Amino acid sequence: MSGRQPEGAPASWEVFLRPRRGLAHQHMGSVRAHDPDTALLRARDLYTRRGDPLSLWVVRSDAVHTASPDEHDPYFANARHKPYRYPEQFAPLTTEKGPDGEHDD
Amino acid sequence: MSAAAPAGTETAGEDEMTARFEALVGAGEAVEPRDWMPDGYRRMVLRQLAQHAHSEIIGMQPEGAWLTRAPSLHRKSVLLAKVQDEAGHGLYLYSAAETLGVDRADLLDALHEGRQRASATFNHPALTWADTGTIAWLTDGAAVINQAPLCRTSYGPYARAMRRVCQEEAFHVRQGYDLMRALCEGTPAQKEMAQDAVNRWWLPAVALMFGPPDTEAGGADARTAAVGAAVSRRAMAWGIKRHTNDELRQRFVDSCVPQAERLGLSLPDPAIRWNEERGHHDFTPVDWDGYRRALGEDTHWARQRVAHRRAAHEDGAWVREAAAAHAARTPNTDGDDIPEARA
Repeated sequence: MSGRQPEGAPASWEVFLRPRRGLAHQHMGSVRAHDPDTALLRARDLYTRRGDPLSLWVVRSDAVHTASPDEHDPYFANARHKPYRYPEQFAPLTTEKGPDGEHDD
Repeated sequence: MSAAAPAGTETAGEDEMTARFEALVGAGEAVEPRDWMPDGYRRMVLRQLAQHAHSEIIGMQPEGAWLTRAPSLHRKSVLLAKVQDEAGHGLYLYSAAETLGVDRADLLDALHEGRQRASATFNHPALTWADTGTIAWLTDGAAVINQAPLCRTSYGPYARAMRRVCQEEAFHVRQGYDLMRALCEGTPAQKEMAQDAVNRWWLPAVALMFGPPDTEAGGADARTAAVGAAVSRRAMAWGIKRHTNDELRQRFVDSCVPQAERLGLSLPDPAIRWNEERGHHDFTPVDWDGYRRALGEDTHWARQRVAHRRAAHEDGAWVREAAAAHAARTPNTDGDDIPEARA
């Protein structure tokens, strides 16, 4: 992550773990290793001491390209000012008693 | 990435950025790695993360010294798992610290050179087997009380690391208490050993695990209390800390008293008694200055802990060098060579 890595120092790898079936891989943290296999072993040793995880990913930290939160507005602004994308902006299908209320005849 | 000017240039002045940041933190939102943050916030989080990470790995030493002398295979397996967890906690926290743009190698250098420190709690020797139980029960117990609020600390990667740490700490405290109970239900000599360990570890847990008093009620003189309170206030305003040191210390004492009673052990503080009016236990205020003088950084065990850590690091140099040499000789480390290798 920093540019002050000495020559030959192990790279940083981001670790993603799928804790159980039905859940997406979640970011856990990072490990240092020279190669992907070692990174995977270290991620296993560090992040799976408990539980019965289903799978593990490692991705080189410098391969993760990100949008910065500072660029939030120009980058993610497409959802704003578009209230029509939300169902509650429209007339309900039932009367005001809510989902369990009487239906219109 | 876009036409938007990066943070800190013409679009938003430092004051405006700070105001936005404080509003975010004030609303209880998490700060994430690439958010703009005031330099003071970054330094405070990094300082705490580094000290915390160092304490985890230095904290392996007193208990680690008993791994080869555990009284049964079961206790040995449990202690091994516990000490391994502490190494893991250190790594979670170094990983979190790296999201602030530092390198763990630099943090370790700072520890080895004495520019950064681990908690002085671990500058005490573990003299008997009962010390391993007492350390887990009292100092890990103190850590849980300290760290439970850190699961909601404002810096996202720190909070997420702490959630994993806290889950694992619960095991540490329970196994320590279990070990103490076994000793207290054993021979008179075993119970005496348990009491002796508690006598030696009580004050380090109460004083050092929570830091200096930051209220006059906590025993600080007016000046110390003012300085401590100012630091705590800043940390609390930024959502890094959630409680004063003295609040957490009180919570710890309140939780330990009934636990010690159940073990049939006494806590070595004659001033401990229930205060109906306050709804808390009174206890002797921490004489921080006196305590710090006695446990200065220059004690034998403080030097010993860092020297041991440094020796382990230096003894492992050949492994790191061999791994680097192997990596340099392998065609590449990106995995591009894998299809060929399989063909």
